[in-house]
Amino acid sequence: MIAFEDLLHRFHGLDRREVARWVENRWVLPERRNDTWIFHEVDVARVELIREIRHEYAIGDEALPLVLGLLDQVYDLRRQLRRICDALAAQPPEVQAAIRRAFPSKTGPEPPRD
Amino acid sequence: MAATQTPYQVLGVKPDASADEIRKAYRKLAKQFHPDLNPGKPEAETQFKSISAAYDLLSDPEKRARYDRGEIDESGAERPPRGYYRGHAEGAQGWKYQPEGEMDLGDLEDLFAAFGSAGRRRRGAGEGFRARGADQHFTLTIDFATAATGGKQRLSLAPDEWLDVTIPPGIEDGQVLRLRGKGGAGFCGGQPGDALIEVHIAPHPLFRRDGNNILLELPISLAEAVLGARVSVPTVTGPVTMTIPKGSDTGSQLRLRGKGIQRKTNPGDEIVTLRVFVGQSTDPELAEFLEKWAPRHPHDPRQGMPPA
Repeated sequence: MIAFEDLLHRFHGLDRREVARWVENRWVLPERRNDTWIFHEVDVARVELIREIRHEYAIGDEALPLVLGLLDQVYDLRRQLRRICDALAAQPPEVQAAIRRAFPSKTGPEPPRD
Repeated sequence: MAATQTPYQVLGVKPDASADEIRKAYRKLAKQFHPDLNPGKPEAETQFKSISAAYDLLSDPEKRARYDRGEIDESGAERPPRGYYRGHAEGAQGWKYQPEGEMDLGDLEDLFAAFGSAGRRRRGAGEGFRARGADQHFTLTIDFATAATGGKQRLSLAPDEWLDVTIPPGIEDGQVLRLRGKGGAGFCGGQPGDALIEVHIAPHPLFRRDGNNILLELPISLAEAVLGARVSVPTVTGPVTMTIPKGSDTGSQLRLRGKGIQRKTNPGDEIVTLRVFVGQSTDPELAEFLEKWAPRHPHDPRQGMPPA
């Protein structure tokens, strides 16, 4: 984790007011400590991601919340799915086998035949 | 945490300053803070060192470019390679950015179906979830001969599912065999787990084991003991014919080389201990003979036994 000043210094050309606005918009959620912000690794990575989305993909402030919202949903799904996978992996073999059998086929159900 | 100054800040120049501007700024500051020109100010030396370090970095176009790209820090040390958001977002830290309104975990079917179709559209989309399958534990009881000779043994998992287990010769009771990749299926393309098979050896009515050797007690008749004989003896690889020497006794041991545990190198032996059986209903003819014979041949097998 690094301080706000260190963050600005790590990514040259990062504008102080710009990052402050990202925090205000709750796009980045640094830890507040003694009137300053502490950026954890996930926050630093997110700052870098936002910077790239804005500058390199030319996505502006209006579209950015949409992009971030979708990304957050994707990652939330992936985290939840990982939890499920972990829970499945902890099951006894017969339970795992039953779940595998109960999985719907990827190609969908067989079409009915006359 | 104190923020560190960038080398640009140390020299008081803009990040896009030209090499010339940087050189001028350095010379000015170096003169101002040179330790020899500031004998009474110890802080001047610290200042001078950071000015020199900053100039050292910014005056070298290659170092400056690497610094600007974030590959090295202001001391010239390598920075750790960039960590992508993905790497953090999927870990425990990522929960912080969970969207408002928690996901409904009750509707798993939708979730799996949604993930399945996403995976079909984009190959490898599910790679991040790979989970190795669980190890599965089984017990397998094998007969004594299989344990001694080794061999294949089929382990039934379900009516139409089985594992062919190769038993190494000389396996010990309770030993666990690991069959790589024969356990639970991996999730989302992950590796399957292992099958761990605890092997038990059923006791044998005749054989016992002593390390690499197999022990057998072989009943023989009085006549076979006295006169000697050729008899058929069971071994783990099938019956063999063995010669009982004349005048054998209960407790005499005979060794069948290589008929023990069938290890590739140094196979064990079968050690046969003879046991003379007279029989419960003694033959009247034999009894009659001994009644005459015994007084003429006095013999006390308990001679030399210490008193109880």
